[in-house]
Amino acid sequence: MSVSVEIEKRLGSFHLEVAFQAGDETLALLGASGCGKSMTLKCIAGIERPDRGRIVVDGRTVFDSARGIDLPPQQRRVGVVFQNYALFPNMTVLQNLRAGARREPDKEKRNRAVEEMLVRFGLEELAGRLPHQLSGGQQQRAALARVLVSDPQILLLDEPFSALDSHLRFRLEGEMREVIRQFGKSVLLVSHDRDEVFRMAQSIAVMQEGKLDVVGAKQAVFAQPKTRAGAVLTGCKNISPLQRLGDGRVRALHWGMDLTVAGEDGRAAYLGIRMHDIRPGEGENTFRCQVVEEIENPFSFTVMVCPVGREENQPIGWEVDKETWQRLRADQVTIHLPQRSILLLEA
Amino acid sequence: MLDWFPLYNSLRIAGISTGIIFFAGIFAAYYIAKAPRLLKGLLDVILTLPLVLPPTVVGYLLLRLLGPKRPVGAWFLEMFDLKLTMTWWSAIFATAVVIFPLMYRTARGAFESFDETLAYSGQSLGLSNAYIFWRIRMPCCRQGILAGTVLSFARALGEYGATSMIAGYTPGRTATISTTVYQLWRTNDDALAFRWVLVNMAISCVVLLAVNFLEKRRTAGAAGGRR
Repeated sequence: MSVSVEIEKRLGSFHLEVAFQAGDETLALLGASGCGKSMTLKCIAGIERPDRGRIVVDGRTVFDSARGIDLPPQQRRVGVVFQNYALFPNMTVLQNLRAGARREPDKEKRNRAVEEMLVRFGLEELAGRLPHQLSGGQQQRAALARVLVSDPQILLLDEPFSALDSHLRFRLEGEMREVIRQFGKSVLLVSHDRDEVFRMAQSIAVMQEGKLDVVGAKQAVFAQPKTRAGAVLTGCKNISPLQRLGDGRVRALHWGMDLTVAGEDGRAAYLGIRMHDIRPGEGENTFRCQVVEEIENPFSFTVMVCPVGREENQPIGWEVDKETWQRLRADQVTIHLPQRSILLLEA
Repeated sequence: MLDWFPLYNSLRIAGISTGIIFFAGIFAAYYIAKAPRLLKGLLDVILTLPLVLPPTVVGYLLLRLLGPKRPVGAWFLEMFDLKLTMTWWSAIFATAVVIFPLMYRTARGAFESFDETLAYSGQSLGLSNAYIFWRIRMPCCRQGILAGTVLSFARALGEYGATSMIAGYTPGRTATISTTVYQLWRTNDDALAFRWVLVNMAISCVVLLAVNFLEKRRTAGAAGGRR
């Protein structure tokens, strides 16, 4: 395992307690702001000190409270790309990279490494510029070049795209994926953007209030988020508390719908269904619904519906492609909630 | 012909005390900014006190400490046969104490507006804390610290109350511009007093222009940085 983290830290009423491992892959920490994901990165980098636990990076123990090990950040070889990129504002791009390369004692080698990195990131023309003279994308490239020239054993990326316009993001995500592929070691990505996380990472750890909820391959986590927070963070918009009716039947209290579900083991407190998993049509778990609102998206419609006669309930959202909705459009529709698409969620 | 000694004496006193306080103020600001809140509040009050106390009170307290019959003064007299008061450099004690809060507070303000993420990123890149301090933190806070230094120097030049108490007024030995102006006015030498007033005003104007210039550069720099 290239990185193994098991830490505990108390900060006022906030209690961080996480344990995870990652190989030479990208693991995303997905969580709402304030859930402790950035704090976790800071603990690994050595900027914050956990109360208890152990952090092993690339086979080297950088923190172990039981053995009294707490390496300073300088010796951890943990590369961090901060949200605002943290380029030294008083130094040019070239000077920033040279500062990043100072671990290498040999000046020749150092200069060569900086040169190579400038070329690799297409920064030759910008070498003489100060950070505030660069665009957001150029700043990100400079920050990546600087962190890689310092030869880290692991890369931590803290919300790397949040400072960028959305049209830039997509392109830079591609560049970043290429950088990660060439880096070839563990990368921890912190983000609250589910799409970004899905495109960038192989594994996902969902974080909530200082705890890891679900850890797993990204496809598995998106298919079965297990907890309410996991469902919310992976983009599930329809979530309702449930009441057990017995015989595999549950009542979705917000929607006034009784549903047949599979694999209910008595632990679920909520159920959810993604808006695009709802189907029109007949069969099990079908409801005749009143259309409450029709919202037009660029490439689809979101239709808010309530079972007929129970309009006092919260509506459930159904995302349907434009063509289908043009065909089905009516005041009342029949929707089908497929059993396999219903997510049973712990609190 | 004007005897330029008071100008020379004022400049060397202000220069030396500013030099000392430059480091002391920055040192205090750097460590107190990181201190726990209670300690920070307490130290802040103590270190800022000379700014609001009348200079005569500062002079009185210094005399109680450094006077030839007082603990520190007596010890120096005995050990090194050195009298800490009534010499030209005695004024350095007075000006240093009076200007310390100016340097300390401006430096602290500058350090507090420094983005700590820059220091963290420097550390994780393997840069030593000394490198980060001198090559990143200080340059980023340069404008504020320079403005504080110039302001401290100006205040040291104008120091009268504590200086006159601890260094006295001996023409050609401890006289400074401010004590000279007072002495000349007291002895009815209005014309000469006025010439020293003009000298003093000229220096003060230059200093204030320098402060304004630095402030302007600072705001311009900040606006550019936000782009």
